[in-house]
Amino acid sequence: MSEELSQEEKNGLIAELLASINEHKYGPDIAHIEIHGNQVLGTHLVEGLEVSSRSLDQGVEVFIRVREGAVLKNPVHFCFGIIPEDGLQKIVSHTVIERGASARFLAHCTFPNAVKVLHVMDAELEIGEGARLSYLERHVHGPEGGVTIVPKTRVTLAEAARFSTEFELVKGAAGRIELDYEAVCGKDSVVDMKTRIFGRGADEIHVREAAMLRGEGSVGVLTSHIALKDRASAVIDSEIVADAPYARGHVDCKEIVQGEARARAVPIVQVNDHRAHVTHEAAIGSVDSKQLETLLSRGLTEDAATELIIAGLLR
Amino acid sequence: MNILELRQVTLAKEGKTLLDDFSMEVWEGHVHAIIGPNGAGKSTLANTIMGLSGYRDIAGDILFQGSSIKALGVDERARLGLTLVFQEPARFEGLGVAEFILAGAKDKSGRTLDRALEMVGLEPATYKARAVDKTLSGGERKRIELASIQAMKPRLVLMDEPDSGVDIDSIPYIYEIIRELKREGSTILLITHSPEVLRQADHAFLLCGGRLVDKGPMDTMFDYFNGKCVPCRHVGVPDKAEAVCEDGANV
Repeated sequence: MSEELSQEEKNGLIAELLASINEHKYGPDIAHIEIHGNQVLGTHLVEGLEVSSRSLDQGVEVFIRVREGAVLKNPVHFCFGIIPEDGLQKIVSHTVIERGASARFLAHCTFPNAVKVLHVMDAELEIGEGARLSYLERHVHGPEGGVTIVPKTRVTLAEAARFSTEFELVKGAAGRIELDYEAVCGKDSVVDMKTRIFGRGADEIHVREAAMLRGEGSVGVLTSHIALKDRASAVIDSEIVADAPYARGHVDCKEIVQGEARARAVPIVQVNDHRAHVTHEAAIGSVDSKQLETLLSRGLTEDAATELIIAGLLR
Repeated sequence: MNILELRQVTLAKEGKTLLDDFSMEVWEGHVHAIIGPNGAGKSTLANTIMGLSGYRDIAGDILFQGSSIKALGVDERARLGLTLVFQEPARFEGLGVAEFILAGAKDKSGRTLDRALEMVGLEPATYKARAVDKTLSGGERKRIELASIQAMKPRLVLMDEPDSGVDIDSIPYIYEIIRELKREGSTILLITHSPEVLRQADHAFLLCGGRLVDKGPMDTMFDYFNGKCVPCRHVGVPDKAEAVCEDGANV
């Protein structure tokens, strides 16, 4: 169990966390939750949103609920992080978006000084009938690459629910990532998962995205855009299984590989009903020569052109 | 005065001669057109002048503003003021229209951007926020490619099939860009199959089998479109080029 911090210490850490992601103080109509290591430092909620937490032996368990029919106007900001060079952060979260509710979550995960940090996220999300959740997880890492990130998310979508998620790690060294997202989709529900990562140095990246299209007319789109340079490596497993009539799915995997970096994409598409349709596209390699030559012919150097192309891919 | 000069340029790939002892002079401030049948070497010529990958290993020389550019890379040629509008513009996932158009512009102001978009008939407020990706039609991408050239203000523009993939209502914008670039002092080299595009030019060169077989003022070159090179009647045509035409280089 972590040692309890004074309010002054908590305020200091909140300020450091927010500064590391270039955020300022939030307005009163913006819900926000700050977690440093395994301690919830602060919460500010709005109408329709409930958040509670309890400490675990090694971590913190968070319960989030958006009440039935509630439409949260502004994104809810979560700030997870560790300011020192080393530490463990384990978050177990249970999120329920009740029927007809709608919310956007923006999770900032910041480890600006990491030399040896382990961040484990074990999340369960239930998206109720006709409910919507958009979840953007943005990571900010230091240059050392001393972070291991293990986010595991299991999502269940009820009828006509929508869930979109983006995992973004384009600043700082990724370190080691073991990302595992899986969604089970009910009738007419839609899941859209995107991963954008820039791997450098000796970063090791493993991404697994999966959508199980169990309900009739359900839709799944899995997108991963990864850029790698130096000696970074990535394995991308994207899987869509369509079990129901009129289910639709698409896997899009693009990876730009430079230097000694290595990448492997494994798209798995499976259709168990002849009325379903799933497609996939994967492209791995160096920067596209047509794109490069277009920008070179505008006078950009090869480095500047490559940087621009990668920045676009990761946007 | 010549802005560009090709001196006995020969390019061969995989045992096939694509440009054969090719010489031409391009006059500064004029609009020139390169015409000829499919496979004649028109796009090859543009790619060779720009120095694209696979088109660098040439015999002969290419002079831009009096100096050889044979040893220069694409970006170095572009920084001298030479650029190319590709027949099929590239798509850039995530790259904004504004970023793309201003990438090669010296003046990266919003005014340059707005003017460039307006010149190709695209509403700045709508298009600035979009990406140069698959959400744009082929015609829109072509117009954005031309807008980027307008913003760059190059000395010499090579335009490979500038009307290709563009809907009929948008064609006048392409011609207006050509006229505007000329008014601003740029030299233009159009690669085209189209008599209408040829009409935008002051002079034309006819290619066949990688060789220059005819040249002259624009209005004297329309027989190519009428006669389609059969029977070959090129002025001063070398025996070899005539043979190429009679062999049926898509005539």
